[in-house]
Amino acid sequence: MLDRDEDILKAAEDWQKAGRGVALATVVETWGSAPRPAGSSLVINDEGTFLGSVSGGCVEGAVVAEAMDVIQSGKPRMLEFGVADETAWNVGLSCGGTIRVFVEKVG
Amino acid sequence: MKLAILHELNAERAARRPAILVTDTGSGEQRLVKSADFAKDPLRIELVKQLRMGKSGNVEAGGKKLFLNVYAPTAKLVIIGAVHISQALAPLARSLGYDVTVVDPRTAFASPERFPDIPLVAEWPDTALPPLNVDAYTAFVAVTHDPKIDDPALLHAFERGCFYIGALGSRKTHAKRGDRLRAQGAKDSDIARIHAPIGLAIGAVSPSEIAVSIMAEITAVLRLPPKEKEEAA
Repeated sequence: MLDRDEDILKAAEDWQKAGRGVALATVVETWGSAPRPAGSSLVINDEGTFLGSVSGGCVEGAVVAEAMDVIQSGKPRMLEFGVADETAWNVGLSCGGTIRVFVEKVG
Repeated sequence: MKLAILHELNAERAARRPAILVTDTGSGEQRLVKSADFAKDPLRIELVKQLRMGKSGNVEAGGKKLFLNVYAPTAKLVIIGAVHISQALAPLARSLGYDVTVVDPRTAFASPERFPDIPLVAEWPDTALPPLNVDAYTAFVAVTHDPKIDDPALLHAFERGCFYIGALGSRKTHAKRGDRLRAQGAKDSDIARIHAPIGLAIGAVSPSEIAVSIMAEITAVLRLPPKEKEEAA
């Protein structure tokens, strides 16, 4: 309850209906001190415009880049970010947490 | 996410009905469970628990890892009475994430100077309440001590099924209130829903402490499972 996110799901639907390619990235798991809780999401269109947040700014750039691939391929993927996993991803969360982000195409 | 699911989810959110999106994070398969279907869903125990806490999270079922994304409406708090307690209660509730509205037909009480930045409706409840869309995600608090204002407001709250209904007053004044409301058509089960005396018994003295006891009680009703709720009350 008490969800204060701007209405990004409405934007996802509007973009899709306007003919844009759209992806949705959702935090599905967090460990340690993650800035945004599970369920937080980011919606991205094929122009690179995005709304919402999954980390408060730490990893959004990387998520947007991945989302572009997902819009192209249509295949969902799971991303993991955090200081504990430097080999897979170069973007660390400065707060020391780890997050898993599910990225899927809308439509 | 399929466009049809997104469309349905947005419709539920616009109607202020909770819904949970279940995603198989392995395959990407998804389904939307609307609140009306929770009871017959195989994941009902998990769904109800996650919804009560307002938290999204993972569960394992049938060898699959499922992510339950909870979409719950923003809770509202409607305060009848622009009194001293309300001046402490409104900002406290807002800091807890509630959409707060204060209703009081007495314009001397419902003045912006006394309630900076809080939406105020200086109208009688029969005019003020219908547009506020009081619903099952609304906590409703009547604190004017004036039956002309509190009583019709409480009748409205019963009708709309607010998750919490509280009213100021001692046991004696509450008994009289029960008689008055029954005379106006309220059922015993409606009267029983009123938390009165309002708030948890924490020995609150000042308006701010009473506000804390009220918000603590509202939080308990919102978050605790039914059995623990009874024990806390």
